[in-house]
Amino acid sequence: MTTQHVSVTVNGTRHEADVEPRLLLVHLLRDVLGLTGTHIGCDTSHCGACTVLVDGTSAKSCALLAVQANGAQITTIEGMEQAGKLHPLQQAFWDQHGLQCGFCTPGMIVESSWLLAQNPDPTEQEIREGISGNLCRCTGYVNIVKAIQQAAAELRAAPEASAGSAGVAAR
Amino acid sequence: MIPAQFDYVRPSDLPDALRILKEREGEAKVLSGGYSLIPLLKLRLAQPGLLVDIRDVSGLDGIVETAGELVVGGRATHRQIQLDPVVAARYPLLRDAAGGIGDPQVRNWGTIGGSCAHADPSADWPAVLIAARATIVCRSADGRRTVPAREFFLDTFVTAIEPTEILTEVRIPRPADRSGGAYEKIERKAGDFATAASAVQLRLGPDGRIAEVGIGLTAVAETAFAATEAERVLAGNAPSEALFRQAGEAAAAQSRPSADGHGPAEYKRAMAAEMTVRALRRATARALGQA
Repeated sequence: MTTQHVSVTVNGTRHEADVEPRLLLVHLLRDVLGLTGTHIGCDTSHCGACTVLVDGTSAKSCALLAVQANGAQITTIEGMEQAGKLHPLQQAFWDQHGLQCGFCTPGMIVESSWLLAQNPDPTEQEIREGISGNLCRCTGYVNIVKAIQQAAAELRAAPEASAGSAGVAAR
Repeated sequence: MIPAQFDYVRPSDLPDALRILKEREGEAKVLSGGYSLIPLLKLRLAQPGLLVDIRDVSGLDGIVETAGELVVGGRATHRQIQLDPVVAARYPLLRDAAGGIGDPQVRNWGTIGGSCAHADPSADWPAVLIAARATIVCRSADGRRTVPAREFFLDTFVTAIEPTEILTEVRIPRPADRSGGAYEKIERKAGDFATAASAVQLRLGPDGRIAEVGIGLTAVAETAFAATEAERVLAGNAPSEALFRQAGEAAAAQSRPSADGHGPAEYKRAMAAEMTVRALRRATARALGQA
């Protein structure tokens, strides 16, 4: 079985790798590129812990092959913070105690960044629907929703705060 | 979970993709969004020798309305369909279904063609296309054929598509005046597959009676199917709560659910009836311009 060459831009940095076609995107990120912020939760595409943006579209990286992402722009949790400043979503999760054990948090934040790019002023119901593919087994959803509401308000007031790689890629 | 080894190609046009499928017949499988196939590969329930990724094949993801039909490309994502203005204006059955498939990430990647070719017995699109009396277009290197949705879904994960074919489009008849459609689904939790779901597309005649009706059920048999007994109960009659209940019972009687983690067979049959009643209510209200 031959390997295939893939070129991906992750959080603004271009990476090249020769991979087996069966390599999952999440394993490329974690095991080949060392970006372990993206978590593997259920490994069955239900829990959303592995959510990343692929060309600005949120995806469960355990349900995509690395070769499918060849040529794509990818944003992971590591790409949210810019120049030492937390993304408003990261800050809001901190402020609102939106993380308990923290395992679902990377996926929650990346998915929320996609949600807010589509809908900058979501209702609580739209937020809950927007993160319905991301499971928090601490069941800390109340504070997660509050955190997304806080970040949404901040981003509406100062949209340039999302101008990190996530903001640029989210379209 | 790691899939078994396979080769991967990403052809850039349809003739190339179809040629590869023909040359590698029996070992090649088409990869669309991947949200059904890749989990199967990880579980090693599918072990194709070659994946033919049709992501770069242009012309497969359009949503275009002609005089008589809505033509949806096989690679159109659930989200594309959910957000499409023509779908929103005239195809409420499709819009209901698209917005309720899986979760946002699934809708971002999953495609209507992939879902239909995969034919999970609990999938949403098969029931919808059966209710709407849609047709499914399959292309191969040797030509093109059109299969009615009612003849396409044969068994669990089994359809009328050949290994050398790609599902290039689904064609949904354009609803006439005084038509309405609705999709009602019960699921255990957000994003889950249906426990039971019913798709209804109907047209009311000038006398207010049900002139035409299609009903598709999912998750309550080995594959999605047309609730033909319920359709017979309804045809030619004036819509009423009692008639809907009778149709729901007929739909339940035609169901063949099996017990699993979603519930016992009796419960699923009851839910098939209830979802059918709710879908009939909402489709009728829409046909009357009340919803």
